[in-house]
Amino acid sequence: MTTHDVIIIGGGPAGLSAARRLLASGVRDVVVLEREREAGGIPRHCGHSGFGIGQYLSLPMSGPDYARRLVDSAAGADIRTRTTVTSIESGGRVHSVHPADGARMLEGRCVLLATGIRETPRSARLVTGARPIGITTTGALQQMVYLTHLKPFSRAVVIGSELISFSVLMTARHGAIGIAAMIEEGERITARRPGDWIARHLFGVPVLTRTKLIAIHGIDKVERIEIERDGRREFIACDGVIFTGRFTPETALLKSSPIALDPGSGGPVIDQFFRTSDPQVFAAGNLLRPVETAGMCWAEGRIAAANIAAALAGTLPPSKSGVAVRFSDPVKYVYPQMIVPAADNRTPMPLMRARVTRAVRGTLRLTVDSRVLWSKAGRFLPERRLTIPTVKIPRSGAADISVELIED
Amino acid sequence: MSYDVAIIGAGVVGCALFRRFCLGGARALLIEKGADILSGASKGNSAMFHTGYDAPAGSLELACIRSGYEEYLAIRRGLNLPLLETGGLLVAWTELEQEKLPAIAEHARANGVADAHLIDGAALRRREPNLAPEARAAVAIPGEHIMDPWSPSLAYVLQGIAHGGEVRRATEVQGGDLADAFWTLRTNKGPAQARIVINAAGNYGDLVEAIARPSPFAIKPRKGQFVVFDKSASRLITSSILPVPTERTKGVMMCRTIFGNLIVGPTAEDQEDRADAGVDQAMLRHLIEQGCRRVPRLANEAVTAIYAGLRPATQFKDYQIEALPDRSWITVGGIRSTGLTGALGIAQYVGGLYGRHFGTLRETAIPKATPMPNLAEHLPRLYQQPGSGEIVCHCELVTRGEIELALHGPLPAGDLGGLKRRTRCMMGRCQGFYCSAHVFELARGKLPDVPGSAKVA
Repeated sequence: MTTHDVIIIGGGPAGLSAARRLLASGVRDVVVLEREREAGGIPRHCGHSGFGIGQYLSLPMSGPDYARRLVDSAAGADIRTRTTVTSIESGGRVHSVHPADGARMLEGRCVLLATGIRETPRSARLVTGARPIGITTTGALQQMVYLTHLKPFSRAVVIGSELISFSVLMTARHGAIGIAAMIEEGERITARRPGDWIARHLFGVPVLTRTKLIAIHGIDKVERIEIERDGRREFIACDGVIFTGRFTPETALLKSSPIALDPGSGGPVIDQFFRTSDPQVFAAGNLLRPVETAGMCWAEGRIAAANIAAALAGTLPPSKSGVAVRFSDPVKYVYPQMIVPAADNRTPMPLMRARVTRAVRGTLRLTVDSRVLWSKAGRFLPERRLTIPTVKIPRSGAADISVELIED
Repeated sequence: MSYDVAIIGAGVVGCALFRRFCLGGARALLIEKGADILSGASKGNSAMFHTGYDAPAGSLELACIRSGYEEYLAIRRGLNLPLLETGGLLVAWTELEQEKLPAIAEHARANGVADAHLIDGAALRRREPNLAPEARAAVAIPGEHIMDPWSPSLAYVLQGIAHGGEVRRATEVQGGDLADAFWTLRTNKGPAQARIVINAAGNYGDLVEAIARPSPFAIKPRKGQFVVFDKSASRLITSSILPVPTERTKGVMMCRTIFGNLIVGPTAEDQEDRADAGVDQAMLRHLIEQGCRRVPRLANEAVTAIYAGLRPATQFKDYQIEALPDRSWITVGGIRSTGLTGALGIAQYVGGLYGRHFGTLRETAIPKATPMPNLAEHLPRLYQQPGSGEIVCHCELVTRGEIELALHGPLPAGDLGGLKRRTRCMMGRCQGFYCSAHVFELARGKLPDVPGSAKVA
């Protein structure tokens, strides 16, 4: 067994930015374990542009260029690709396998979890119908089109209207795949307008809101899907169905560990220093919640790294005295889920982040021990990020912290 | 080239028959309409290793389950076939159900399942603390275990091939004629000649039977849908939780899988279509509800996969197995839901029918070993050892070496479904989000249905 200062699990934007920041702050022995053949994470297969804005002094980059830049900038870290972590234990022990070395155990004085997210596939959405070839997710499609240059179908329907659903249009165009329609159950698209305008006018793709996917038909290959619009059933001919979004944090490792999970966010419970319920283990990036941009994951990795460096130096306040952040419907989740009393000289995540379960008009309020510290009135939409200044509580502690949305 | 026997249908029963005849020294041909073995009823099985505790007393089904059970235990180590020894608990949730338990235990013991016994509510909760409080009592069936749903059939076929048998896949029997003591079967790939034909055509059994005679049975496929929960859910139960059966079906059970998941199912829906094993959202939700009612903590678990199988039910309860000496034909039909365990027993029984009417099968003293790569989660897996290539499927921890192995050898995967059944790739919680492009890249040019044979610019 070998002991390292920090073991980072996952070589995507959060993990690699943390590695870079740790090295910059003088932590020398940083190991990044990445299960894919190359580090870089999800951006590796987002062939379109739009990465690195505000992060690097350059024009927006393509995903693969951005991924390469992240890897280059983490030079000095020991990045081990094709290395799969099979379990983590308390004490910073990380079990991994590598095709040449077999099973190994590493020990980290600190561990950073940065395992990212995946989309919800057809099965977990319990979609009715046949199970033919041609049903996929955005992530899988992007890998096929950009990494392995495969064309899985020629005319597909996009299910969902999150930001990523629109990036599918670019992937499909690149792969010469026609898109018959984009369908969304809700009243309006989940992503910001003018996504639907762009889809319609720049890509020529009809965006059907208030449209429910009823069933998939086809014995060997997808032949058509059945939808319901305004109470009427219709068919759309296609040979592919792309399920987009509905992200879920990749927590398989955590489920077999004692680390606490938040059923709301789907990620681990963390404090404002990105520290999980195991004080040696930190978490950053999209593992924390359904989805944010690569740039935000990168920024989180940096802050998490600063706090890991502090933990290694023994200057991070102990997590025992943490206070749980309370919330109730229509707030779906808030993270950090815990706030630890701390002096002012630390670097917490600057903003708390929350989501709501449904569209609500009202006032979002942060209360500590019956004192309203912050509030904001407006209309709050699901799948939109809400930010709240991170509350500070003095060393003397606090009894109660809550985030509430009072409906008008 | 003519054969002693042509077996129509490479489901679990056809595969076990093929092995039995090849080991017995017969020249056997296994004909399968699908691109790979297990393309029909057998692909959607529940993987239960049945004791026969609830089979009708004195039935052929019971006899085949009992002898199949014994033979599987005897041969499984040589073929490296796993068994997850969970035991079964047939749980009563109502007073009415509880009243039925003594008779169920008695029936089990009369069927030769001598260790079946009643346990009370307190003992039940000690064994299964996650069951809902309504669980009143149970019949424990200690020998009711869990198999790998697919590897046994593949092992049987590979052993048959090692003993000189031949397999033709993507070959559909369209008709046949018996002349001069030989059957000439017409297929889409040309004729095949055999002295004896065995109909093991599963959901198409009555249609194939019509080649020999007006079918005495009619297949009415019974669909069974299943929900597969994430691996973290398998910790919620240790034994298989079985329901008190009704007249029509064994009911919905909940059990662990050899791959470390937990499944809830099956439904029992009669249908006309023999190929459509589609799933249905309302039924799946109903299964999840039933599961959560029995094990409330299941509500926090994620669904990994959904599937459905079509069981070849007939108007009869028992297996329809019969030799037709004047037609040089053996019928093996209506193997409803116990085929996975019963297959080896069915093969023994059919071997006996063959001996009585058509010829002799000798005993092979030492069959050639065709061990299967292990896919069971509770046993050492290939990814844990160096030298099997990188992990391609991260959810199921499938290595490049395992995928390449499944694409080569005497019976390589015939389609993507076959590759998935051989390796588990793309069958985990992400359902191919991470690995499908990599899997397709490895399988390109080797499987007919791998998407993207056309290059992207």
